[in-house]
Amino acid sequence: MTSLPSSTDRKLGLVIDLDTCVGCQACVTSCKEWNTGGHMAPLTDIEPYGAEPDGVWFNRVHTYEQATDTGSRTVHFPRSCLHCETPACVTVCPTGASYKRSSDGIVLVDEDKCIGCKLCSWACPYGAREYDTEVRVMKKCTLCVDRIYNENLPEEDRVPACVAACPVGARHFGDLGDPASPVSRLVEEREGVDLMPELGYRPVNKYLPPRARPSGSDESAPAQLEPVTAEGGFFGWVDRMLSG
Amino acid sequence: MHPAFSVIFFTTSSGAGYGLLALMGIGAAAGLMPDSAMLAIVGLGLALAMITAGLLSSTFHLGHPERAWRAFSQWRSSWLSREGVLSVLTYIPAVIFSGGWVLFGVDAGFVRIAGLLAALGALATVVTTAMIYASLKPIPDWSNRFTLPVYLAFSLATGAILLNGIQALTVAPVPALRWLAIVFILIAWALKVAAWRHNDSLALPTAASATGLGTGEVRSIEWPHTQENYILKEMGYQVARKHAARLRRIAQGLAFALPLVLILIGALAGPAATFLPVLAAVLAVLSMVPGVLTERWLFFAEARHTAALYYGYPHARTK
Amino acid sequence: MTSSPAGANSRPSQRPLNTTVAPPEGDGVETSPKVADTVKRTTCYMCACRCGIEVHLDNGKIRYIGGNRKHPVNRGVLCGKGSAGIMQHYSPARLRKPLLRTGERGSGEFREIEWDEALKIATDRLANIRATDPKKLAFFTGRDQSQSLTGWWASRFGTPNFAAHGGFCSVNMAVAGLYTIGGSFWEFGEPDWDHARYFLLFGVAEDHDSNPIKIGIGKLKERGAKVVSVNPCRTGYNAVADEWVGIRPGTDGLFVLALVHELLKAGKIDLDYLIRFTNAAHLVINDPGAADDGLILRDAAGEPLVWDRASKSAKPANTRGVAPELAGSFEVGGRTVRPSFQLIAERYLDDAYSPDAVAERCGVPADQIRRIAAELAHAAFDQAIELPIAWTDMNGVRHETMTGRPVAMHAMRGISAHSNGFHTCRAIHLLQVLLGTVDVPGGFRSKAPFPKPVPPGPKPAGKDGGKPDSPLSDMPLGYVHAPEDLLVDENGGPIRIDKAYSWEAPLSAHGLMHTVIRNAWAGDPYKIDTLFMFMANMAWNSSMNTAETMKMLTDKEADGTYKIPFIIYSDAYFSETVPYADLILPDTTYLERHDCISLLDRPISSADAPGDAIRYPVVEPDRDVRAFQTVLLDLGARLGLPGMVADDGSPKYRDYADYIVNHERRPGVGPLAGWRGEIGDEHGKGAANPDQLDRYIENGGFWKYELPEEARYYKMANRAYLDFAHRMGFIDKAEPITFHLYSEVLQRFRLAARGHGDVRPPESERARIDRYFDPLPIWYTPLLEADVDTGALPLHALTQRPMHMYHSWGSQNAWLRQITNENRLFVHHATAAKHGIADDDWVWIESEHGRVKGQVRLVDGVNPDTVWTWNAIGKRHGTWGLSKDAPEATRGFLLNHTISDLLPAKGAQRRYSNSDPVTGQAAWFDLRVRLVKCAPAEAGMTEPQFPDLPAPPDMPKSPKVLSYGRLFRKLRAAAS
Ligand SMILES: Nc1nc2c(c(=O)[nH]1)N[C@H]1C(S)=C(S)[C@@H](COP(=O)(O)OP(=O)(O)OC[C@H]3O[C@@H](n4cnc5c(=O)[nH]c(N)nc54)[C@H](O)[C@@H]3O)O[C@H]1N2
Ligand SMILES: Nc1nc2c(c(=O)[nH]1)N[C@H]1C(S)=C(S)[C@@H](COP(=O)(O)OP(=O)(O)OC[C@H]3O[C@@H](n4cnc5c(=O)[nH]c(N)nc54)[C@H](O)[C@@H]3O)O[C@H]1N2
Ligand code: SF4
Ligand code: SF4
Ligand code: SF4
Ligand code: SF4
Ligand code: SF4
Ligand SMILES: [Mo]
Repeated sequence: MTSLPSSTDRKLGLVIDLDTCVGCQACVTSCKEWNTGGHMAPLTDIEPYGAEPDGVWFNRVHTYEQATDTGSRTVHFPRSCLHCETPACVTVCPTGASYKRSSDGIVLVDEDKCIGCKLCSWACPYGAREYDTEVRVMKKCTLCVDRIYNENLPEEDRVPACVAACPVGARHFGDLGDPASPVSRLVEEREGVDLMPELGYRPVNKYLPPRARPSGSDESAPAQLEPVTAEGGFFGWVDRMLSG
Repeated sequence: MHPAFSVIFFTTSSGAGYGLLALMGIGAAAGLMPDSAMLAIVGLGLALAMITAGLLSSTFHLGHPERAWRAFSQWRSSWLSREGVLSVLTYIPAVIFSGGWVLFGVDAGFVRIAGLLAALGALATVVTTAMIYASLKPIPDWSNRFTLPVYLAFSLATGAILLNGIQALTVAPVPALRWLAIVFILIAWALKVAAWRHNDSLALPTAASATGLGTGEVRSIEWPHTQENYILKEMGYQVARKHAARLRRIAQGLAFALPLVLILIGALAGPAATFLPVLAAVLAVLSMVPGVLTERWLFFAEARHTAALYYGYPHARTK
Repeated sequence: MTSSPAGANSRPSQRPLNTTVAPPEGDGVETSPKVADTVKRTTCYMCACRCGIEVHLDNGKIRYIGGNRKHPVNRGVLCGKGSAGIMQHYSPARLRKPLLRTGERGSGEFREIEWDEALKIATDRLANIRATDPKKLAFFTGRDQSQSLTGWWASRFGTPNFAAHGGFCSVNMAVAGLYTIGGSFWEFGEPDWDHARYFLLFGVAEDHDSNPIKIGIGKLKERGAKVVSVNPCRTGYNAVADEWVGIRPGTDGLFVLALVHELLKAGKIDLDYLIRFTNAAHLVINDPGAADDGLILRDAAGEPLVWDRASKSAKPANTRGVAPELAGSFEVGGRTVRPSFQLIAERYLDDAYSPDAVAERCGVPADQIRRIAAELAHAAFDQAIELPIAWTDMNGVRHETMTGRPVAMHAMRGISAHSNGFHTCRAIHLLQVLLGTVDVPGGFRSKAPFPKPVPPGPKPAGKDGGKPDSPLSDMPLGYVHAPEDLLVDENGGPIRIDKAYSWEAPLSAHGLMHTVIRNAWAGDPYKIDTLFMFMANMAWNSSMNTAETMKMLTDKEADGTYKIPFIIYSDAYFSETVPYADLILPDTTYLERHDCISLLDRPISSADAPGDAIRYPVVEPDRDVRAFQTVLLDLGARLGLPGMVADDGSPKYRDYADYIVNHERRPGVGPLAGWRGEIGDEHGKGAANPDQLDRYIENGGFWKYELPEEARYYKMANRAYLDFAHRMGFIDKAEPITFHLYSEVLQRFRLAARGHGDVRPPESERARIDRYFDPLPIWYTPLLEADVDTGALPLHALTQRPMHMYHSWGSQNAWLRQITNENRLFVHHATAAKHGIADDDWVWIESEHGRVKGQVRLVDGVNPDTVWTWNAIGKRHGTWGLSKDAPEATRGFLLNHTISDLLPAKGAQRRYSNSDPVTGQAAWFDLRVRLVKCAPAEAGMTEPQFPDLPAPPDMPKSPKVLSYGRLFRKLRAAAS
């Protein structure tokens, strides 16, 4: 049903920490590898060894430079479906292929119903939908719906592939609908943000902005060291220290 | 947005077809249509052909046309689904209207009712088409108050230009329609210019907002993948400002100015069905076709999608 | 408290949902599909980091590769490469069968042959060499993890001409560390990620400790420790650093010594640490002109002397209760002596090292240097930590706590790959040691088998150049302690083909692989017969001066024979080097073979737990390929090499797996330390255990030994650790390890240059040795930079490793290459503006040596005098299974074309290798260039271009569409 559930029991999603993401692409390839054999298998690659390779990826990492009055910084920015609360990608779908689960809020595509009209990808402001030109249906991040509940995996592995792989631990996962959940608390603490909130899609995924980086360190450190000035200068100091 | 020919053709062809159907339907209901089977065959035949061709062409755009029937299911939420439903529903009065007119004449009561219903269906279908675009918030060039009236006006203007041509060619001229065509052209033209103006001065979301980084200038220095992907091919289409300006002039000239002048010439040149008005009416149609295709190409090509912001696409119109 | 789950990503916000039962949804989604019928735990080899992986197999196909949470290296995480292993394993560029060259060398024309023929060709050739002049075999291996086997093989063969990739990689790191603190950055030590409060990262884009560094940075960030990156480029780790010091390349030595200057001046150094663990108090003889000037005064037993404050006399440093003086000048036996610390203080207190004096050169404001010095001191001393862990030092003194100075440092090729890198790296160690942060909580920590005594042993073998049909006395690679240990002839000329351990690069502990092709081609110092290479793409990205290297490989004598008569190469894939060999021995992929990640080599130890690991076949090869190590043992047996044949002349080892289990380097010491002894109950030393590999496999492919808490820090002087290290065979004697701030080894070379001792450099080398063998860290302009017109070549040019690509291997990977298949030259906006260059312009990047064409991307995050690009993305047309119009070959460019392998000619003087004069480390990053905007007609295609290479016979065409994973869907559908 492409009508949105009026509310969902949980709001599962990812939290991505832009302060620590080093842009290593681990989440990108781990997502590709899990999902190419997973729920939406395969994630086709066209011209994989040719001039214009173009594959289906559910998660892509960008690199930006942000220039502000106080300076410039480099930011790595992973981007996947945000599992929005009021996403038009679902409501525009003419076939019911695109839907939002009322249990956990995951936005999925039912490939068997999809006619490949691509309208949902037009309706997604975040570029999170991926058309598979070979299978001719729309695909997207499943929030690893076939991992997070998978009884064939050890309990501890039931997290999205990208979260498990991220070597710096910049990715987090959980129920953002529960204010007491660890992810919600993290978002609160780090003042997580929505992407393009002005569009009203109410993304579930949150981004933790890069922390302010004062040029100094620990505030209590002095700006420079004072030379030892007492008698004998440095060597006098050594002497006194050793006799102490 | 990538200007896919199938979609350009669909919106222009079925738009004009629906306009033509609507005008003939309303005309019939209002008793303004000459009772000419020829007019019905040519006019309604063309309208249905254009509608059908457009709809077929739009299914070429689908990955799985064999599943197209599924698209009727989500009329509660999806404008595309509504468009599908309405376009099919409209066939019912349209076919009755056309058949009835040819067989029983335009003045038969049920024909007039069918005409009215067909017209309503046609206009409603155009509204749904427009709403597909108008409801796409990621594309501010579309999701604004102009898209719907522009689509309607275009549908009616192109329908009127067609009707004008058909009338001129067939034996049943309705001079009033010429003036109607002129009015629709002027409305469409004005709306389109206003829409362009609006879009040119849009404050679009920025990369800073797209990335949540908030402040300053956010520049893309590396794409996630070095070659273009689906998003870029579909939504990263960019047209140079100079090029677009030229195309806008061409579109206005061919879709509005020239037909307007030609129809005016026809109107002032004297009785219908004489050589000059016929030539003018036909030329107006011939001018309108590439003009509207150009406009529709620009409608897509100039539309900027927020997803492209992630790839560093400038949100201001490029030079 | 609940025990937290294993693995790196186990913060509460990274764990499974509190209930992982699928909620009822009724959408028909299969939330518990079968994942695999088998899971095999082995070791990744998408790079040399050695992470533990779980290979999930379904119906014999690899469904998924995940990280092993229990593995000490990666603790469950994987990098971008590791997760793309499937595509490497199924690469269309995999070699399929042994190949024998049929066309001209370099043409790529081959015919397939059987293994027996291949091995016979190799054996005949090598047997002849061995019987006549074994050094005519030059055996050089790349970044394999079996150097203990390959080195041993070379030594049994009897050729001194063996090395692996270290000489062109990071020997500066290894040697500077080993000769100073007995351990090293690179992958042989690690910051104390759990306690550091201040982290200084020099010149690292990725490193071999790929995942450990990432996990560590995550920890620092989570704790809010300050991360400072010193790097001309602001990418990756440097992008997330709290402070980025965009230093000018090659000037870190000055920057670090200015920090030292500030710390000394302010008395912010750990004197107690210096006395206890370093040679700061050792008395240095001050007797200019004497044969022992600058050496350390020792007693008859060889124990260094210190000046005891109490008795006011020289006493052996190991005297109980001695209170050594650190400063001053004393007379002992009529000679003037000074504690080495006096020399250190005098040198670096000099204003030449003040922040103001170095700021401009480094491109770092003096105030910033001063502030960083203050922050270092603040973290080390004002934020010192005390771990409640009791330990006993080597004097038997028990300490109730461990003092930590939470400042950690790490450095890699940004320091290493400069011709002043050895000294710069020593300067960093000096900085760490002055702060007392080596092997203490919060500081830099060694991983077993390090720390080793300073200087380390053993010495390189092969001084006699190798004798027919005889093995070398020991391994070819080792550590020289004095000029006597060099491999030079009576005229001071080199004995090795790469000139390692010669006066040109005396401390070249890893050899100089980057000089082999030129020297063999030039017959300098002599001609060889066969060049045998393994896993190094020397005809492309691991050579400087690539175009000429290709010419040298194909160059002929007047009589039409090749200058390098025979080339054997083992690769697993169709790389650029394959067409330059006469005989190709195709290797397996990492999922198809046994490997051994050994404590004798480059193990998987962490600072808390020594460990080693294996790889074992998780899938069978579908081609006629053999594991190189097995082939090498087979060749050894065919050649009758001692140790590789049984008494009856039959092969001693069935294959590499057999060798891993049964080979003993010394009694009880074999490639693997875990589960030794007949019943597998011993570790370290013990008899061979026939079930050893099974035990590894059961344990997830690795073995580790958690050190007791008391043995985890202060390893250089920690009784519990050193006794353990001795038991394990890491060190010969359980004796304290003294850090050498002042290097007597270097001074010995300097003395030789000044005419002392029996082994002296030839006249022509003296000034060079005298200059660069300073016993204390120095800074000098990188050699190439000093020799070129920097006005005409105003920019530094660097490469960086992309985190998701491993050198040239990555481009054959269908997934990785989508991420990067062409590279830009990154240029600072302001610099570009000065040159009239706009974003996306094509430019010529011109050095004194050559030029290459590439496309520009403008950025802010780079030192304005520096341009850089991603390493090894540019490929040669036709290779790696890529289409001929692949962007790697059309727009991707290889900077190596502009890097000369020799320093510029200076009159009649011999041209030296473009390397560090101390260690022979290739100086990739000394490159200077200018940018010239391309003419419009030149844009769009990189240059230089080389002829297309045809694929080897029978290599299947690369697919046009890849639908990997479709099978699993079918299997699922069939099952449900
Ligand atoms: N993903 C991936 N991982 C790898 C490899 C790979 O190819 N890909 N290769 C492996 C190998 S063989 C090696 S040797 C290691 C090397 O690992 P790294 O040491 O990380 O090697 P590089 O990528 O060369 O990075 C060198 C860094 O030094 C900086 N730099 C250059 N000159 C200077 C300087 O003068 N001062 C300072 N402070 N910085 C400088 C460069 O900007 C760059 O960031 O990585 C290993 N790991
Ligand atoms: N400009 C520039 N050049 C550099 C560097 C730089 O920073 N800048 N870095 C230098 C450094 S530190 C290094 S280590 C070198 C690395 O350079 P190389 O050692 O040449 O590394 P690779 O390109 O990975 O090539 C290794 C070869 O091993 C093959 N191979 C891969 N797996 C296997 C296997 O399982 N078995 C066998 N037999 N072969 C296999 C690959 O196909 C490839 O041909 O590059 C050096 N070159
Ligand atoms: S991110 Fe895009 S695809 Fe995902 S739910 Fe939101 S609108 Fe839909
Ligand atoms: S492409 Fe598929 S999922 Fe997307 S709107 Fe069309 S039918 Fe729905
Ligand atoms: S949640 Fe799963 S599907 Fe979504 S980006 Fe992460 S790995 Fe990919
Ligand atoms: S794996 Fe983690 S650090 Fe790497 S790109 Fe993804 S989010 Fe960033
Ligand atoms: S760092 Fe990546 S490629 Fe290297 S061994 Fe670990 S997982 Fe494999
Ligand atoms: Mo390396």
